[in-house]
Amino acid sequence: MTHSLSEWAMQLALFWRPALTGALLAATLALLGLYLRLRREYWAALAYGQVGAAGALGALALGAPPLVGGITLSLAIAGLKHRPEKHLPPAGLFPLLFVLGWGLGLLLTANLPGVERLGQALFEGQLYFAGPQMLAGAALALVATVAFLRWQGRHLLLANLNPEHFRALKLSVWPVRSGFDILTAAVLALAVMSLGVMGAFALVFIPAWLIFAFAPGWRAALIIAPLAALLAYVLAFALALVYDQPFGPVLVLMLGALAGIAPVLAKLTSNQKSAPRCQTAARFSMYETP
Amino acid sequence: MNLLQVEDAVTGWQRPAHRPVSFTVRRGEIVALAGPNGAGKSTLLQALIGGNGARLFSGHIRLIPQTRIGVQTQHQPPVSGVPLTGAELLNLTVADPRGLPEWLAPHLTQRLDKLSGGQRQYLALWTILQAPADLLLLDEPGNHLDRTGLASLPAALRTRADQGAGIVLVSHDDELTQACCNHVTHVEPDDDALPL
Repeated sequence: MTHSLSEWAMQLALFWRPALTGALLAATLALLGLYLRLRREYWAALAYGQVGAAGALGALALGAPPLVGGITLSLAIAGLKHRPEKHLPPAGLFPLLFVLGWGLGLLLTANLPGVERLGQALFEGQLYFAGPQMLAGAALALVATVAFLRWQGRHLLLANLNPEHFRALKLSVWPVRSGFDILTAAVLALAVMSLGVMGAFALVFIPAWLIFAFAPGWRAALIIAPLAALLAYVLAFALALVYDQPFGPVLVLMLGALAGIAPVLAKLTSNQKSAPRCQTAARFSMYETP
Repeated sequence: MNLLQVEDAVTGWQRPAHRPVSFTVRRGEIVALAGPNGAGKSTLLQALIGGNGARLFSGHIRLIPQTRIGVQTQHQPPVSGVPLTGAELLNLTVADPRGLPEWLAPHLTQRLDKLSGGQRQYLALWTILQAPADLLLLDEPGNHLDRTGLASLPAALRTRADQGAGIVLVSHDDELTQACCNHVTHVEPDDDALPL
């Protein structure tokens, strides 16, 4: 289905609030994605989103606000991350929570007529129905994320790249552990309410993955990742609107297309003048990601 | 005044790793911890950092309160694939880039994974060596350095000590310890300790 230019303008005027909500969330998720990639915590991100979705559905079934249910359950599993590792192998916890969240969410959707519409929206992305509360939440998420990263960004990097020195400095540990987890869990639970589970995860995963490959430095990555996410988001929003498609899948495919150009960008940037390599030292270097 | 005083200290993880060790470190001094592989030198260093499970079984470790510590271990920063420049790495510890060797300084704006292994290692060491710290604990700083880096290392350590830092250096490299250390303390493994 195609529209004339004036119809597009009308629709954009009609959908300015969802458009802005999604744009704020896209930038926020891309920023958080850089640190999630650094910490190798994609499974946690997936679990926060999926369990947050199940929490939203459960809350709706109980007559409570879905947003509150989603954020509460997502924060609850973030709290499990630093539990004593006695009963379950830690590496499997978040994949397990992810599949449990998926199963619970689908069962709630299938069996409770009242939550069916929300369930479908959470899996497809329901961006077009974002209201003033979602917009306010998205704005708050971006402000909180930027403020947190300005406060703790250097420490997040240091704690991951040189944990011994971080410990020796006797810096406060909770912001880089629980603080970041709480922020991420809350933002993802919020984001799935409008972008859908996979749309939100794709915004966390793909821009960071792309930017890690070719950004010339961390400061540049902090600028390029949100811009790349916004570019993909705007294109997906317009395409989904024009062709009357569910937003989440279009966004994921658009981000996938963006990822397709990563090798080209990496090749372009690899042509920069590099220092001569010391083969022997490089061979025995422990810098390789395990 | 001693920055660090270690008296008959025996450290280890689950059990004592070495025989009692005593040494002191003052500002401007470099003290080497020497000994065979597995003698417990790195364990002793971990116990000096504290808070990681390495235990002091007996003896005393006294550190002047408010002493700022810089730590370089044999575990190197996992920067492969991370978009981080040399300058950004230095900024993590607020390390001063002034004084970097001429063969490395021009590459500060490049991503670390575009540098050679030796260049990366020297930069990683510099982030600790030139961080604002009173006491530096360095575990085998010569590991993974290329020939150029190894040649620059003694002077860099000596310069940092002359700027007022105390340095504890774990090293197998006798040439390095002789070139820049004020004292060498030998760490002997505790062969009598019962295995768990």
